[in-house]
Amino acid sequence: MKLTGSEIIMECLLREGVHTMFGYPGGAILPTYDAMSKYEDRLHHVLVRHEQGASHMADGYARATGEVGVCIATSGPGATNLVTGLATAMMDSSPILAITGQVPIPAIGSDAFQETDVTGVTLPITKHNYLVTDVDDLAYTMKEAFHIARTGRPGPVLVDVPKDVQLAVTDFEYPEGDILLPGYNPPSSASEYDVDAALRLIAEAQRPIILAGHGIMMSGAMRELRELSERAQIPVALTLLGKGGMPEDHPLVIGMMGMHGEASANLAIQEADLLIALGMRFDDRVTGNLKTYARNSRKIHIDIDRSELNKNVKADVGIAGDLKTVLEQMLLKLEVKAHPQWVGRIRDWLEDSSERDILNYETPGRLLTAQVINDIWKHTGGEAITVTDVGQHQMLEAQYYPHQRPATLLTSGGLGTMGFGFPAAIGAKFGKPDEEVWAIVGDGGFQMTLCEMATAAQENINVNIAIINNFFLGMVRQWQELFYEKRYEATPLLNPDFCKLADAYGIPNRLVTNRDEIADAVQFARDIDGPTLIEFVVEKEEMVYPMVPAGADLHDMKRRPKPREA
Amino acid sequence: MTSQVDINKVTVVALVENEPGVLNRVASLFRRRAFNIDSLTVGRTHKPHISRMTIRVVAGPEYARKIANNLQKIVSVIDVRVLDNEPHVERDLALIKVRNDDANSRNTITEICDRYPARIVDVGPKVAIIEMVATEAILEGFIDEVRPIGIVEMIRTGVVSMGRGTRIHDTNFTRRDLSKIQDKLAARGNGNVF
Repeated sequence: MKLTGSEIIMECLLREGVHTMFGYPGGAILPTYDAMSKYEDRLHHVLVRHEQGASHMADGYARATGEVGVCIATSGPGATNLVTGLATAMMDSSPILAITGQVPIPAIGSDAFQETDVTGVTLPITKHNYLVTDVDDLAYTMKEAFHIARTGRPGPVLVDVPKDVQLAVTDFEYPEGDILLPGYNPPSSASEYDVDAALRLIAEAQRPIILAGHGIMMSGAMRELRELSERAQIPVALTLLGKGGMPEDHPLVIGMMGMHGEASANLAIQEADLLIALGMRFDDRVTGNLKTYARNSRKIHIDIDRSELNKNVKADVGIAGDLKTVLEQMLLKLEVKAHPQWVGRIRDWLEDSSERDILNYETPGRLLTAQVINDIWKHTGGEAITVTDVGQHQMLEAQYYPHQRPATLLTSGGLGTMGFGFPAAIGAKFGKPDEEVWAIVGDGGFQMTLCEMATAAQENINVNIAIINNFFLGMVRQWQELFYEKRYEATPLLNPDFCKLADAYGIPNRLVTNRDEIADAVQFARDIDGPTLIEFVVEKEEMVYPMVPAGADLHDMKRRPKPREA
Repeated sequence: MTSQVDINKVTVVALVENEPGVLNRVASLFRRRAFNIDSLTVGRTHKPHISRMTIRVVAGPEYARKIANNLQKIVSVIDVRVLDNEPHVERDLALIKVRNDDANSRNTITEICDRYPARIVDVGPKVAIIEMVATEAILEGFIDEVRPIGIVEMIRTGVVSMGRGTRIHDTNFTRRDLSKIQDKLAARGNGNVF
């Protein structure tokens, strides 16, 4: 079959199971857009309003489904606009494929119009990237790109296709069989020796704790995690991206760890005699001061990326492998155990935390972010996919919207990308059309990508936007209050009228200033089959507690005072 | 990064696919992870589609393994080995242009070169070029001796290493369409596509 390069791209997308792609046309990618017209019954193209939105949508799609999300942009500025989304996906191991147009091969290196060295620019923020210089390489490159994006530790892959390669014609045959990549062999199982060593540490431990990360869900090891935790009675603390890896109402789940984690989880980590780190990477937001981090414990670290072992925290047993496979190996021999004293001690800390819970505060007439988020949780039955932006609302979401199922909290953890939430929610909804999707965003971050309201309206995509509006860059303001003597430099925001803005895009909307109105507004949004926006005007100067200041010891948390002390 | 108490030099050898951009990928990794390179050499192997890099790093063995684990993540890097304690042959080549404009300097050069595996490969009325191939340590000793005569120009290739005996670092990997790749390399002239 003779096809053009552009048609080959479409054929490859179809064969890899893609049905939605997010993109923006331009000169160097026009042949590919032209080819789309022949495929529009099978491949839906979502026209974004800024390429950053396309990369975040592909990311949201990937996180919600576990499949590769696809975004397309033209050369030069189109491609550079993808960069933030690629870096976000790289940090959070999200499988996305970016296809970019490039100037024709003879023009490469001549500073041609809209020419950028895109493979050079994206080299450190992609798992791998390609510049295709021969149309005969295109099909194989696409197949490799999908394979690399979704296997091992997933990540973004970029394929840069010069315009003349898109136009060139060749025989198309989708490569069958295995991919030959000698330098790419993700590890799978663990050696018996390592499994036995890990089990020995677990058998000897009196105060063990599991640290469950994103890898649990990426590897599909939810059942194995639960089995490990229940059989050996080991409490589970979750990372931000690990939320959903085990139901949060499970008695052994003790909550999120880290800078704004549950005090009980952080204290438990510091007092534990064994950390079992599963698919997580000991980020500085998780550990605090490394010198005092979990000093009394031995460590088992299992991750698919060998370079994560011993990177930040030295492992007594470090296993590079697929989590599900390795846990299955361990479960074959894991003995039943119990640590009633240890579990009881953690429960005492939990009780102390709940006394300080902001939901127990009397706050007449003022709307608090935690209440808004907890009410959304209540009124959605805790079943929605929530996609957050970055900042105070993100941390409060993690604290006040318990997630029972995997891949129901989508958030930019590693890179902390403001502007991620809303476009990623659109992508998630395309991936999971039958699920209820909420974008929970702050007033600052939302304004970074709010142009995608036009995309949402054009596609009539059923995403509910909840803007938590405190007229501040709240988290930065919190740091200024705590560490910069309340000098609120560049954090107060003069915002547009978000409801009028939604009106302008034809998006139904509500303004909520009082807690009594929340239930009604949430129901209003749920009833409409299409995008909606609710602006929640909240208390201006809230704090997120607990807080481990950057670089401080993990147990050295700033706590919310108990109501009677306040 | 870990503190570098042990400042020994460690050699990392990597087999990489001979394709555009590989050197860039490796260099970019070293830069962004703040790994310090002492020297890096690349050259083709007996298989035209595979190149071999020898990377000298100022680091302890643990740090070198960290580097190896990161190198291994690059898709175009086929295999990585840390030559730490294993016996290996290493060579560094230098071309040294020295002052040669009086009898004293000429005599000294000849005398030093007799004691080292060094050759005078070009002699002119004012300067001479010495070629020297040796281990890094011997080469440095030689340079220290020559320095007083007056070095006017110098270049070193950087260290290349190979494990001794049957410690073979090679791969049976053949690219999916080797003949096509070879055609492409031939079309480019000499096959060096870095």
